[in-house]
Amino acid sequence: MTQLWDFSGGIHPPEHKDISTARPIRNAGVPDYLILPLQQHIGDPAEAIVEVGERVLKGQKIADVKTGMGVPVHAPTSGVIESVADFPVPHPSGMADRCITLKPDGEDQWCQRNPVKDYRSLERDQVLHIIRDAGISGMGGAGFPTNIKLRPPRDRKVSTLILNGAECEPYITADDMTMREKADEVVAGLKIMAWILRPERCVIGIEDNKPEAIAALRKATEGTQTEIAVVPTKYPSGGEKQLIQILTGMEVPSGGIPADIGVMCQNIGTAVAVAQAVFEGTPLISRVVTITGEAVREPGNFEALIGTPIEHLLKQAGVNQDAVSRLVLGGPMMGYTLTTEAVPVIKTTNCVIAATAAELPAPPPEQPCIRCGQCAEACPMELLPQQLFWHAKATEFEKAEHLNLFDCIECGACSYVCPSSIPLVQYYRFAKGEIRAQQAEQLKADRARERFEARQARLERELQEKELRRKERAKAAADAAAKKQAEAEKAADEGEAVDERAAKSALVEQALARKKAKAEASQPPAASAPPAPSAPPAEQKPDIEALEKQLSQAQSKLDNMQGMLDDAKAQQADNVEKLERAVAKNHDRVQRAEEALSEAREKLAAGSTESQPTH
Amino acid sequence: MAFVQQSSPHAHSARPTSRVMLWVLIAALPGLLAQTLFFGWGNLINVVFCIAVAIASEAALLKLRKKPVAFFIKDNTAAVTGLLLGLSLPQFAPWWVSAVAVISAIVVAKQLYGGLGSNPFNPAMVGYALVLVSFPVAMTTNWAEPAMLWDGAPGFGETLATIASGQQTAVDGWTMATPLDEYKHKITTHTAAEVLNHPTFGEGVAKGWEWVNAAFLAGGLLLIGLRIISWHIPAGFLGGLIVMSLAFGSNPDLYTPLSLHLLAGGTMLGAFFIATDPVSAATSHQGKLIYGAGIGILIYLIRTWGNYPDAVAFSVLLMNFAVPFIDHYTPPRTYGHHKARRGVPGSQG
Repeated sequence: MTQLWDFSGGIHPPEHKDISTARPIRNAGVPDYLILPLQQHIGDPAEAIVEVGERVLKGQKIADVKTGMGVPVHAPTSGVIESVADFPVPHPSGMADRCITLKPDGEDQWCQRNPVKDYRSLERDQVLHIIRDAGISGMGGAGFPTNIKLRPPRDRKVSTLILNGAECEPYITADDMTMREKADEVVAGLKIMAWILRPERCVIGIEDNKPEAIAALRKATEGTQTEIAVVPTKYPSGGEKQLIQILTGMEVPSGGIPADIGVMCQNIGTAVAVAQAVFEGTPLISRVVTITGEAVREPGNFEALIGTPIEHLLKQAGVNQDAVSRLVLGGPMMGYTLTTEAVPVIKTTNCVIAATAAELPAPPPEQPCIRCGQCAEACPMELLPQQLFWHAKATEFEKAEHLNLFDCIECGACSYVCPSSIPLVQYYRFAKGEIRAQQAEQLKADRARERFEARQARLERELQEKELRRKERAKAAADAAAKKQAEAEKAADEGEAVDERAAKSALVEQALARKKAKAEASQPPAASAPPAPSAPPAEQKPDIEALEKQLSQAQSKLDNMQGMLDDAKAQQADNVEKLERAVAKNHDRVQRAEEALSEAREKLAAGSTESQPTH
Repeated sequence: MAFVQQSSPHAHSARPTSRVMLWVLIAALPGLLAQTLFFGWGNLINVVFCIAVAIASEAALLKLRKKPVAFFIKDNTAAVTGLLLGLSLPQFAPWWVSAVAVISAIVVAKQLYGGLGSNPFNPAMVGYALVLVSFPVAMTTNWAEPAMLWDGAPGFGETLATIASGQQTAVDGWTMATPLDEYKHKITTHTAAEVLNHPTFGEGVAKGWEWVNAAFLAGGLLLIGLRIISWHIPAGFLGGLIVMSLAFGSNPDLYTPLSLHLLAGGTMLGAFFIATDPVSAATSHQGKLIYGAGIGILIYLIRTWGNYPDAVAFSVLLMNFAVPFIDHYTPPRTYGHHKARRGVPGSQG
């Protein structure tokens, strides 16, 4: 006898399971068209790898996740790809998402399959690859890619592998019927997963309201070490955290995963899919779906191809269209309502309840909370639901978070028992959404601030560099001026000039004289040219040098102005216009100086060709 | 066709507040029956009158506050407040004392604070405390002498006429000090045996009162069995009272004995019907135990060293003050956490 623990809280809602267990699992057949959402699990969406109009075979990979976390999507039957477009998908938002639509050709022609007889002869990674390639993601809850789940971090050794057959939600019997009819496959899949993980303990947890499934699994596990743990029926015993507590007495740390305490939970349907992928080479292209509720005449479980529109299944179950008031996907405690029956079955779809108005009546109007504490009694996570409610309603999110709002698993037990019929879970979802939005907003604000600060730093740096350049220029100018000054002073000392112009002309003359002397000295005496013809160029030379100087001055002034203008622009000063005019003026000046210089040079060149052909 | 859009869960249990309150009314019936059998018609008349006044004043205030009247009246909470006052007021209390108590309970303590669910104080006890301090004579001299309904108790018509006359004090021969009052005042000058000679104590613990308390205890256990109240507050309440009594008052020649504390006065009514008002009580299990124990301890302190022979109202109101404080420091440990997150955000992890 397996030792069991109890989890706190929990409720006993009417089970309504016998509605859908009277008939064996029926094959839903091939519908007129299949809608295959590219994202059927948490993680990244797959990308279509087939073209519109292409014929695909049953089991052929038609979409895959190239980078990121995800598994491929396969063609559930042979047919032609009709479109890759947005269609309504099973999602609480009721929104549309990217889907591949497949028009079956009725031949149901298989692609090449590669069954593995003895997986033990393979590497574990190879088996994990087979599981991934078969497109298997968890078929119970959020749909976590199974191959990733089966490879926990190296430091998280899984010592207990739990197969979750509790199926605690009312109405749903998909796992129950699977265990009854496919017990051998369930156990085979469990064995493969156990071979991969090598746990010390393998447990199948089943609620005691499923005696047939318990008997079938007892028979299938005879002679193995797998334990069958019959747990008392209490919602939500099938919640991962609750089942772990029931079977191990341990609690998954807040914010952690079961592997943190050496436990892993797998779904019944997932085990069957793993067995089929390995032993038959069959990818995940169909699953068992419960079609139930008082608005269908022949409720029961269907083996439905992934992508089968819910409409098709409802018809097969004999739906009374007029009686359907609410269409719930999943169970009555955690499922969500559908806006249309056109949405397809996906890998996580376990149940559709076509409920009449009398079956699931609209809740009575909300009354004030009287803090009766029934919710706290029912909460399996030992939260204080009414306090969370007050804080959520008052938008005191910090306080709600302090009371562990994010540990809420949204099982709905609190709302179920609330005598004031307060939609508590809805308040918690609101608070969680608001907090997440605030966090995203905060993150965005932080990023914007970082960007702004980086930009400020860059501008500062540029400004400093500019300042540095300007200083260098100023220094150069000052050096030049000092040199000039010194020369002027020298000239003044010689008493030949007092003002700048005079000094300049003196300099020019001095330079001329030096050059002349140099030229005369460098010229061989034999080829000495007569002094007369050398005079005109000598007269033009100072002109050019003066012009050159003028140009460089104008240029530096322009640069200066430009620098000032740039600064003014950067600081958005009000003298920008004035500076712009000054720059334009200086620009003209530079141009004129350049023109004058080039003219002079031409003249000089013309002159020097006459006198100095070798220059 | 358009399907109903609804957030999960889609299923609900069918025990609305109105039915919870109805169960409280039903569970109080044995106690009311015992009161009537042992003390005459007074309590029954009071209960009917108080419920009527409670519903009328609730309706008037809802109207003034522009709230849906029928919707809130149907939750039966005003009726429960009226019931509790009718059960706890003296049998011959003049009608206006009851009316003042009920109106202040409903109007001031409940509706002015925002109606159902928003009142920090137990409305019935606010009303009771108000009339107790305002009309001490009417509230202490009008307790019926224990007399079997069929044997010596004033008739229905006489009782009704007395209450309706509005006289501060009822006919002298009909009334008698309550056992707690009697014991408390006599024990300072007499021995226990002498005090217990007084006819108010009768053969058992306290004539009539013991049965009334037993009946309220039975009703309270029914409420616990139906999971309408949790056992924590009554357990804390009675536990606190018992521990105090055993620790400080074990000598019956000096102090009121434990048996009288438990079975005379409003102890069981207080423990199972009054202190368990969820709106004004602590929320977590641990908090409820502390809250209940606080009431039990305060009752002992006030009964023994205070001026009032019974002290349920003041003790409950004093602990109502402490509820936010208790709640801050007694959250449960959530699944997956090492310890509870006590206090307010930011104070500690």
